[in-house]
Amino acid sequence: MSAQPTVLFDAPGPRGRRNILLLNIVGVLLVVGLIVKVLVDLAQKGQLAGHLWINAINGAAWQDYLLPGLQFTLQAAAISVATSLVFGLAFGFLRLAPFAVIRWGASIIVEFLRAVPVLVMMVFLYTALAQVSRTTGAIAAEDSPYYAVIIGLTLYNGSVIAELIRSGVNGLPKGQREAASAIGMTRNQSLLLVEVPQAITAMMPSLLSQIVIIIKDSALGYLIGFYELLQYSRQLGSGQGNMLQALVVAALVFIVLNTVLTLVARWLAGRLSSRTSGATALKPGPAGSSAPHL
Amino acid sequence: MRRFRFLAATAAAGLMLTATACAPSSQGGDEGGDGETLRIGIKFDQPGLGFRAGNADPEGFDTDVARYVASELGFPEDKIEWVQTPSANRENALENGEVDMILATYSITDERKERVDFAGPYFVAGQDLLVRSDENAIKGPEDLNGKNLCSVTGSTSAQKIKDEYAEGVNLVEQAGYAECVTILEAGQVDAVTTDDIILAGLAAADANKGKFKVVGNAFTEERYGVGLPKGSDKCADINAAIEKMKEDGKWQEALDTATEGTGYEPDAELNDNAEMESCS
Amino acid sequence: MGELLSQYDVLGAFWMNIKLTVLAAVGSFVIGLVLALCRISPIGSLQKFGAAYVNIVRNTPLTIIMVIGVLGVWSQLQVQLSSDFDFNFFLYAVACLSLYHASFVCEAIRSGVNTVPLGQAEAARAIGLPFMDAARLVILPQALRGAVTPLGNTLIALTKNSTVAAAASVAEVSGMMKTMMEFRPDVMVFIFCIVALGFCLIVIPIGICTTWLSDRLAVAR
Repeated sequence: MSAQPTVLFDAPGPRGRRNILLLNIVGVLLVVGLIVKVLVDLAQKGQLAGHLWINAINGAAWQDYLLPGLQFTLQAAAISVATSLVFGLAFGFLRLAPFAVIRWGASIIVEFLRAVPVLVMMVFLYTALAQVSRTTGAIAAEDSPYYAVIIGLTLYNGSVIAELIRSGVNGLPKGQREAASAIGMTRNQSLLLVEVPQAITAMMPSLLSQIVIIIKDSALGYLIGFYELLQYSRQLGSGQGNMLQALVVAALVFIVLNTVLTLVARWLAGRLSSRTSGATALKPGPAGSSAPHL
Repeated sequence: MRRFRFLAATAAAGLMLTATACAPSSQGGDEGGDGETLRIGIKFDQPGLGFRAGNADPEGFDTDVARYVASELGFPEDKIEWVQTPSANRENALENGEVDMILATYSITDERKERVDFAGPYFVAGQDLLVRSDENAIKGPEDLNGKNLCSVTGSTSAQKIKDEYAEGVNLVEQAGYAECVTILEAGQVDAVTTDDIILAGLAAADANKGKFKVVGNAFTEERYGVGLPKGSDKCADINAAIEKMKEDGKWQEALDTATEGTGYEPDAELNDNAEMESCS
Repeated sequence: MGELLSQYDVLGAFWMNIKLTVLAAVGSFVIGLVLALCRISPIGSLQKFGAAYVNIVRNTPLTIIMVIGVLGVWSQLQVQLSSDFDFNFFLYAVACLSLYHASFVCEAIRSGVNTVPLGQAEAARAIGLPFMDAARLVILPQALRGAVTPLGNTLIALTKNSTVAAAASVAEVSGMMKTMMEFRPDVMVFIFCIVALGFCLIVIPIGICTTWLSDRLAVAR
């Protein structure tokens, strides 16, 4: 059902090809010109000096800053993925519960958590946890940004996953549930054994792209003082006087990491489509999996 | 169903453990914490005052004073455990007993004294301006009308200049002073403001040598103290150690190293006559 | 509570977020539409450009885009978007938000294009419409209807992401909230509730609107 771009136009003829070639040359010239202009400006400001860049990518930079930063980014992301999954499953079930009260309660919580910006949640949790640590000493004060990031990411992404599960179950063909009740399963058994497993399989690619979102959002911790990749890069830049270079390197690390994950998600979507009766499409398609992207 | 619940419970418990075990506070500790160590809170990202690259020895004026005080208290260098204490966490870290003392550009104020004790001050700083070394028009906060000024998000020092000295100043807020310095070097702001010794430390960093100068017209008084938990018994000993450090020249030496090449001179009168906290 | 709200201009800060959101919504829609056209266009280099843009921008944290915008483009390249100092940062925040969310708008429109049946494109071709006309008159109108839900999600995300403008020195609500909590930790929960409620008031109606619109505009097939 997908409209291949190719049916939108004829294969270009000789004149079309010539025009395209011309356009390409102009485009490339423009892009190259812009890059040269940027580089010349940067060079004038002394930002292209070799040592600034080398200090941002040499062994010491990796060992002291980038790797520890990457470790905390990945660690916070990994833990948040697991906890959001638990949270999402729990609330996904509650939103499918047979009792309207539970359904409504869970829906209100999920909708609230989806509406509040992660950053606002993190700022609140950070301050609140600092108070908890002050009054009870249950957690170390220096860890409050870390926990604030994890809990904030969990609440937000967990509610997104809950929504994914709900819409995933609703998106399954009716026959699945009917078949389950035909062989004598209760509503709960049918949910637990037939529908949700398929919804999860169908959800896997979306879940993986959710991981990309979690990794990106963990960088918000920068604004509340969580020492992750971005914060460590700042520290590197503060010491070596190459803030810009350090940030560019951090951006590249993020891009590479997330691109790999996106590719895995795409590959998985193709592999899993045979194992569920739901749609595994990554993009929110007409079937209406309302996966928010960011 | 039961098996599922069990699995879920195990998974949740496992996650909690992982999350706690891998928390930043439990990482990178190079000491065993056998009760014999002194845990000192410093900044890790403040060149010239407290800066630490990876697991290397921290360097800067704050850490030099900390080492001297520690050795006077009977803790040689290898018995010091360095802990990172960012500005927002300093009171918490002391109240929770995560650190025994803090030397991290920590100004003595009445609000803070309600929650923590202070020894010192070991240094009296003042809010000042950092400008490019070829800048001659800016001699104090009054000259900032129509100029661009950079400070750090959440700090009140820039707002103070706007309110009290130069109404027409343009304010930029950045995440840290290093960002401000980058912008200052590029010429988009004309000055950076915070305590003079922090500015001097930034200007003295290898990468910034010769590019900036501290104006040297401090217009507030910030007394940097050694933060201690309420009721600590170390206060008087620390005061004595600071006095001794000033007398035997080590204090001046540490200061000169930290601010080398910036032409920065701390207010001698204020520092010589700094009245020590009473340690009640 | 009253003195807290009179001391801090919470409404003004929210108004800033709304201004950021509205302008960035327009900006990201225009850029995203152009990118989507690039990606379905006959010209190979434009397709590659669109794909590269989307993949790079989508995988970079918005915070980094914001910081590099201010620290790199403004301070090093000295690109001045406005001669007014504060307004310049506002425009930077709008530009960064637009560039970032354009990649999501592009993907939303593309997913909308995927809902348009092949027959529509074939019919457009059969009556002799060239690419731009086919796209403008046949494909995009249907695609945009099909893309209402993902576009709505992007708008919601944009609304919330406007808080990241704090990184570009814009006085918006999350930065104000941080300052308020620092000075008034005693009424922390109250402050959070106000801000959270404010976002619910903005975001939930958008969600309801998009659901209603997507039902109303759905192309019956």
